Amino acid sequence: MTAVIERRKEMKALSTNKAVAEAVKDSDVDVVAAYPITPQTTVVERIAELIGEGQLEAEIIHVESEHSALSAVIGASAVGARVFTATASQGLALMHEVLHITSGLRLPVVMSVAMRSLSAPISIFNDHSDVMNQRDSGWIMIFASTAQEAYDSIIQAYRIAENPEVLLPVMVTYDGYLMSHTIEPVEVLGKYVSEEYIPKKQTWNVLDPDKPITMGTITSPDYYYEFKYSQAVALEGSLPHIIKADEDFRKLYGRGYGVVDSYRLEDAEIAVLATSSYYINLKYAVDEVRKRGIKAGAIKLRVYRPFPREQLYSMIKGLSALGVIDRSVSFGMTPSGPIALDIMSSYRYRDAPPVQSFIAGLGQRRMLIEDFVKIFEILEKRAATNSISEKSIFYGVKGVEL
Amino acid sequence: MKEFKSWKDYPIGGIISEPGSTLELDVSGWRNERPQIDQEKCIRCRICWIFCPDAAIIEEEKPYTTKTGKSYRLTYSVDYVHCKGCGICAQECPAKAIQMIPEV
Ligand code: SF4
Ligand code: SF4
Repeated sequence: MTAVIERRKEMKALSTNKAVAEAVKDSDVDVVAAYPITPQTTVVERIAELIGEGQLEAEIIHVESEHSALSAVIGASAVGARVFTATASQGLALMHEVLHITSGLRLPVVMSVAMRSLSAPISIFNDHSDVMNQRDSGWIMIFASTAQEAYDSIIQAYRIAENPEVLLPVMVTYDGYLMSHTIEPVEVLGKYVSEEYIPKKQTWNVLDPDKPITMGTITSPDYYYEFKYSQAVALEGSLPHIIKADEDFRKLYGRGYGVVDSYRLEDAEIAVLATSSYYINLKYAVDEVRKRGIKAGAIKLRVYRPFPREQLYSMIKGLSALGVIDRSVSFGMTPSGPIALDIMSSYRYRDAPPVQSFIAGLGQRRMLIEDFVKIFEILEKRAATNSISEKSIFYGVKGVEL
Repeated sequence: MKEFKSWKDYPIGGIISEPGSTLELDVSGWRNERPQIDQEKCIRCRICWIFCPDAAIIEEEKPYTTKTGKSYRLTYSVDYVHCKGCGICAQECPAKAIQMIPEV
């Protein structure tokens, strides 16, 4: 019989931002650089406190922008440090070019994003415009739905990123304010996870004076293409490793999330897919509409890049209609929701249900359980009358008839 | 430099594991014009050697005597593998000893 390991689990009341800071501590991160941006700020504030209290031995690099924050952690990662940064909104947009450099250099950088809308006009509130703008930057993208999941996902992110078969940066995202500033019970695992689940080992190429290498070189047309191809293969191939990291986590700590999740889907005829915290209220709406005789289910997309194509397909293939809620706009495209577009193009050659794209909650426009119920009712009606539209339904815009 | 036959041979993250590989990089294809040094006019001032951003001017311990009987201990020549044809040497040469000749 194997010895039962005494795990120092502890319940804490934490906002998702604080839970992320806790995960950074428990991951025994070496270098943190970030620039304060709402609603991310309290993540790094808490990390600074943890360092000040002696709970984490790490360097904080004070930088003057998010562009520098990511550049600084790239440098630290390049010499072999375990690194972390956090951002949101315009800060993530400002990092844009460096995001590509991180994934191109194949450095295991982990970053949290408290998702927020983009200017103009200025809004400090939640939607997903910031991260959706970064979906082609070669990062692994994970959407967390609860503070607990954000904590667990940050720890999983190091396991994934530093896996020698992967070596890609990972972004763990969650809803600004809706999650970043609301407090939930979170079971924290303590620093031993960094010895047990994510032991420190330099699996990537690092700058070492004893074994000199050059990083970030210029490439001629004779070489560049192959590097980008290998990046595409690495991101595509990371999915099984993401699944494995989650399964191993579940075995050790009793919690796992999968790459997609579903609720009451077994006998469902229609379903709505959402990400991050919307999934929670969507499940309540499922219970509500089922009372009214609609056979509804809910689907959560947790891993967005790499896109969990087969896993999602196995969930949706039998449905008569699928609603997809996006919280960002792909301007000038029909439909206008990026996730809806991805789903439609992924299964264009397969037998897949018609997709009704919904846009909702831009700039944190309030979405209550009754709004999700309405979305189910619209979907059910459109499915029954064969009137699923190619255009996105902009739910909740004043003056727009549904 | 090692020839990469397949994308699988390429190092992860595009690192260069052999320092000094720039020496093996042939940039002659970048040139539209090539510098040509007129040994008769050159006064061996070393300015081209200093200004060349690619260290493509070579200083050789090779004596040279001009038609007018001036003797030099050194000869300046161009390393055409590493010269990218920027023309800085020709611009800076105080003796106008360097001419940029179109590549054909
Ligand atoms: S043309 Fe430019 S690169 Fe070539 S030798 Fe002159 S200065 Fe150097
Ligand atoms: S700058 Fe002109 S004169 Fe001086 S060494 Fe070079 S070629 Fe000769």
